[in-house]
Parts: sequence; structure tokens; C-alpha cells
Amino acid sequence: MTKQDLDRPRSAARRGALGCMARWSGAAVVWGIAGGVLQALGATGDGRRPPSTYTPFTFVQISDTHIGFNKKANPDTSASLRQAIAEINALPQTPAFVVHTGDLSHLSKPAQFGEVRELLKEIKVDRVHTIPGEHDTIDNGAAGYLRYFDHDANGRSWYSFDHDGVHFVGLNNVLAFKMGRLAALGDDQLAWLKTDLAGVSHSTPVVVLAHIPMWTIWEPWGWGTADSAQAMAMLRPFGSVTVLNGHIHQVMQKVEGNVELHTAMSLAYPLPTPGQAGFGEPAPVAVSMDELGAKLGTRRISVHPGRHPLALVDRSLEA
Amino acid sequence: MTSNRGNAMPNAPAVARRSMLGTLALSALAPLVALSPLAVLSPLAVLSPPALAAAATASIDIKSFAFTPKEITVVPGTRVVWTNRDETPHTVTAADKSFTSPGLDTGDTFEHTFTAAGDFTYLCTVHPYMTGIVHVKKP
Repeated sequence: MTKQDLDRPRSAARRGALGCMARWSGAAVVWGIAGGVLQALGATGDGRRPPSTYTPFTFVQISDTHIGFNKKANPDTSASLRQAIAEINALPQTPAFVVHTGDLSHLSKPAQFGEVRELLKEIKVDRVHTIPGEHDTIDNGAAGYLRYFDHDANGRSWYSFDHDGVHFVGLNNVLAFKMGRLAALGDDQLAWLKTDLAGVSHSTPVVVLAHIPMWTIWEPWGWGTADSAQAMAMLRPFGSVTVLNGHIHQVMQKVEGNVELHTAMSLAYPLPTPGQAGFGEPAPVAVSMDELGAKLGTRRISVHPGRHPLALVDRSLEA
Repeated sequence: MTSNRGNAMPNAPAVARRSMLGTLALSALAPLVALSPLAVLSPLAVLSPPALAAAATASIDIKSFAFTPKEITVVPGTRVVWTNRDETPHTVTAADKSFTSPGLDTGDTFEHTFTAAGDFTYLCTVHPYMTGIVHVKKP
């Protein structure tokens, strides 16, 4: 943590947090205990014993803010993001950081990137890690996105970092597509991922961020990643892998051995469920403004390295 | 542009020639016939070059995450116009990259004139499973 990080105002968040602890301990919170199993220290990987004193921490996932969208399904996506930010800033435990799993903007327009970047600065955390969604790479690949969000990888839209004994990987799975196929990670990124993971002990919990689901949920709507199997093969040896996705604007999950995958709610508008009667395509679903908040939400992830798998709480916006 | 050199106010034929060059013509013409919108339209229609009038136009809707019609056959010189009817952005991008639209928001259009014969497949880069094809064949 740099001096600049410490200078960020946080005391206000802590004070505000006291007022909403009752809210957080109330009903309407669903706890999902993950199914991954951590392996014994030093039993796999490079054999080195990892540090034994990790600090438990939480972080928050937000996704699919679609800043710039203003149609019937949500005439004011900026307000929805502001509301989520207020709720994050009021959390009883200040998160270590926030991750945004893509579709920050709706149309990749500089004004939209600029607006969402300014809004994200209002979150009282040290940093926000982002990855691009397909709405962020419309006109010139990731170049427009990177002009505003090149904070992790120096000109590349995929990266990794470590936090308190957990290895985080941010991926871009929206660009390397072939005609008529699902989007993909692509060979360059897969090669990078292999190299990146080679330096990580298999007992280190790994968290992967990718916009489009890393398993095929519904191919006719593009809800899958063409080469996800190759990435999964690299992740399978690790004792605890948690993949956090966005894109489909609803919570779904899959557990595959020690790898669990979770999609998140959007902060813009709901999408239909795959095969939902009356919906032939993944277009925004307009619900009444009273119902909208229940369809949007954030996710808080608690990490207790070495003791528990990650615990996820998906929470709708307050009505 | 020299057709109206020396004229304080452009005359009608000069304005018509300028109309081929672009929409500047409308603003130049407006003061001349400001009292009647119909008068603006009629000289343009009468004086349109025959080649332009004969050029075919084909329309393709982008609706419900699909290009409709998905497959069309046109003659060389046809102008194809795509219109995005969805609330989700799409693009029209040739597989061989010979043409590409910017991101099209709701109601936005993109047009491309196909001059050479051939089969041109294209896709939406936001949703690469959305594809279409334009066959260009001489009559």
C-alpha cells in the first residue's frame, strides 16, 4: 500500500458502516459456501511452504454497469452505479479492493469510459481492478478501454496480482473470436496464463476474473468462452480456484472439482434466463422501476486463506 | 468549386451541381426557397444524376441479435444499408475486414456500396455468432 493509497479518505466509510450493520445482519442475504477444497500446505506445487500468517480480507465484485445505456430497462445506469457505490462504502468491513468484471461502458465511447472511471473513484477502497467486456471493445479492440483503465498491465488487457496469499488473474475473453463462434482468450493470452501460473504454488488460492462465463452456459447467445477448456486445464491442479464472471446479468454457478465458477448480477439491467419463454435473444428485459433494484446487485467475497474456501454473498440493491 | 464564381447568390443549376457533392447544397439552397419545403425537394429530385437514381439500395435489419435477411443477393453497385433495431449495440464487419461499421446504437445505420462481384460474409464483432452474407452477382 503506497502513501497515496493511505491518503484516500476511509474514516467516513467506517463511520457510515456502523449505521448499516443491522441491515447486513438481516434477512435477504444468501450465503453460499463454496465447495473448493484447499490442499495441505506444501503438499503440491513447488514444495515451498507458503507464509502462514495471511490476513482474512474481503473484496467486492461489481459488473456490467453499461454506463451510457438509457433505454426503458434502466433509464439511469449511472444512478444504479452510484447506489451500489453508496452501499459498498457503507459496508461494515471495508473491502480490500473492488473488481469490475467488464462492460463498464455500453458503447465504448470515451465519454462513457470517462464517466465510469470518475464514478469508480468514489468507492472508498484503495483500488479498483477492471477487465473489459465486449461492450468496452467495440470500435478498436481494447485500445479505447486501455486509455482509461490501463492500471494493471501496461498496455495489455490481462494481468495478475497477489493479495494476502491469494493469486488474482484478470483475463480478456471478449476479443479473440472466430466468425460464427464464441469469443475466446486466444493463444497469446493462454501462453501468458501458462507462464503466469507456473510461478504459483498449487496450494495458493487462485481467483480468476473474466467477463464472459468460462463455461458454456448457452451457446446460441454467446454465453461461453471457446477456449475455456484450455484455461481450465491449467487451473485444475490448484487446490482452490474461484472464477468470477459477468456478462449474463444474473447469478449462476458451477462447481468442477476444486474449480468453482460464478456469474454476477449486473448494475444496469436484467437479461433473460437461457431458454426463458418469450425471449429469443439476450436483450435487456424491462421490469418496473420498483422491481429493478432486486434484479441488480453486488457481490462480496470473503477470503480466509488456509482455513476456508471463499464465501460469496450476492446482494441486490436496496429498494 | 467554381460554378458560382462572381455570383453573390448562387443560381439554381449551380446549387444542383453542388448537391452531388454533399449536403452543403441544402443549406445553400434554403435561403432561395425558404418559403416552401417542397420547392427544396423538387429541384433536387429533377436534377439528380441518372446513375444515382438507378442505383439499387438494399436494406438489412439488425433485430433480435440477427441480420435479417441473413443472406441477400444484389447486383454490383448496390448500396446496402443496415439499421440496428435492437437496444444492444452491434457492428457490421466484413470477415475480410474490407468494411466495418462503428458500434451501432439503437436506430443507427451503416451503409456500404458493393462494387465488385463476390460473396461477402460479415459478422457483428460484439456478438461474433451473428453472421450474414451478401452475394454480389452481375445480372
